[in-house]
Amino acid sequence: MVPLSWYIVLSAVMFSIGVFGFLARRNLLIIFISIELMLNSVNISLVAFSHYLQSMRGQILVFFVITVAAAEAAIGLAILIAYYKNNPTIKVDEINLLKG
Amino acid sequence: MTTPQLFFAYFAVAMTALSLLIVTRKNPVHSVLCMLGLFIHIAGLYLFLNAEFLAAIQIIVYAGAILVLFLFVIMMLNLRKEETVKKYQAQWPVSAGIGIILAAFLVLILGNITVLPALGEYSIEAIKSEGSMMTVGKVLYTEFLLPFEIASIVLLVAIIGAVVLAKKRTE
Amino acid sequence: MNANDIVWILIKTIGVVAVFLIHVMFVQLFERKAIAHMQSRMGPMRVGWHGVLQPIADSIKLFFKEDIIPTNSDKPIFFIAPIIGVIAAVSSLAVIPLWEGFSIANLNVGILYILALSSVGAYAVILGGWASNSKYSFLGGLRSSAQVISYEIAMGLSLVGVMMMSGSTNLSDIVSAQAEGRWFVVPQIMGFAIFFIAALAETNRVPFDLPEAETELVSGFATEYSGMRWALFFMAEYAGMFVMSALAVVCFFGGWSGPGFLPPVIWFLMKVYAFIFLYFWIRATLPRYRYDQLMGLGWKIFIPVALANIVLTGLIKILLK
Repeated sequence: MVPLSWYIVLSAVMFSIGVFGFLARRNLLIIFISIELMLNSVNISLVAFSHYLQSMRGQILVFFVITVAAAEAAIGLAILIAYYKNNPTIKVDEINLLKG
Repeated sequence: MTTPQLFFAYFAVAMTALSLLIVTRKNPVHSVLCMLGLFIHIAGLYLFLNAEFLAAIQIIVYAGAILVLFLFVIMMLNLRKEETVKKYQAQWPVSAGIGIILAAFLVLILGNITVLPALGEYSIEAIKSEGSMMTVGKVLYTEFLLPFEIASIVLLVAIIGAVVLAKKRTE
Repeated sequence: MNANDIVWILIKTIGVVAVFLIHVMFVQLFERKAIAHMQSRMGPMRVGWHGVLQPIADSIKLFFKEDIIPTNSDKPIFFIAPIIGVIAAVSSLAVIPLWEGFSIANLNVGILYILALSSVGAYAVILGGWASNSKYSFLGGLRSSAQVISYEIAMGLSLVGVMMMSGSTNLSDIVSAQAEGRWFVVPQIMGFAIFFIAALAETNRVPFDLPEAETELVSGFATEYSGMRWALFFMAEYAGMFVMSALAVVCFFGGWSGPGFLPPVIWFLMKVYAFIFLYFWIRATLPRYRYDQLMGLGWKIFIPVALANIVLTGLIKILLK
């Protein structure tokens, strides 16, 4: 039997890697992918809790997280394309038009 | 170690390695490919946790829709020219520090978490007798009906928003 | 699970995959012969009696051909793309029930499993097209990604009617629900039409073979591939065709069921081959769609009609209760 804490630790490590990617990368697309990575790591812990508590709520929550992630990806990528049309770069440190 | 623990160890090592690869690849297409591998591993882990419906949904929605959308955008923007030497922002050591500290914190706090013995009604046998899809469906359409409807509105807003944002301006 | 079970599963898997690959090899001879006779030609005649050994000769040729790798290609992805395609197509077989009580894995989420693998299979085309670093391949990959995302939705929605009628996503249960000739193709005729056309688009077959439209894109995503790697793409396409035909037979045409004078597996194979013949027939008959027509058809017609089909099925189910 695999203890619950193993799943939670795995999820925590993946979440931290996602945080690192989100903060450190220059490429906007990889920043988006890091967000998806963080959402997925949270999903793992939710499903693990759902299994060990023998409750369905964790799985339902994962269902909603996936829905919102899909919406977020669609909107985020649309904003990215709209931005790229005006200013062809996706490096976050070069996106500084509003800087005084 | 017992067999399930060995399997979990493989999954944990592979998933951590793939996550690291995702955030360190220079080329976004390589990141997406690693992400595909990661999603398949996550689906495998869901099967261990008795959630076969979510495992299928994970592949269909994440790998089949969201990740293809990423690939599509990467290709449309044609970023080959943009691949520069610098892939991290100037402050990346700080970010790495934050990541490591966060990981250490979470592992220390959650390292020996256990659940209360007050267990719910959905035991492994209960889910097996009805099927994972049926159980999820029953809960989703009774207890969580309102959130489910709201989720559909969120998706509708996303569709309209994406079309409006990405469409050509005609003036 | 003890050692005996594991050995039995291994034997089943190897047996099914081996037989399947032989079918995939010889179905291209069937295609060439069928199309040749539709066009008043003879097709391959040289190797063996009426060309029956042609697939073996072709495989040997492809195996020993030079494997050309473009200099500016993205090598790891170039290597891995055809393998993704073959693995996704062949592993879909695991849940197809060949006869009563026989499938390698009797999954409860069988339909979703096949849909999931077909969406993974799309990566082969997209990544292969991108990694070749050639304009034609790239356009083929781009077209394919849009086409597969769009038609996957229509295909998934068209199968919801079947799931509602049988009350299960387990493929064996779906076949059992169609016992005594109550095939779902009759009540689900709308769902079947959408499923079949979406399957043509998913497997990149004529009239929706835009990712590899040879008159405009040379050979689309496979332009830069040669030798064994090209053969893997080819195999993935035909394996996908088999899987989609098998899914159509299981979901709409009663799977292995049929009059008792032939064994069930023969009935199953005959139905699958009838579908494959339909694929070839369409290829010999219809011209290719234009790209904007293809997307318009998927989004403006198929998805609304599939949704209407779901509502209608639900209404009829409530009224008959």
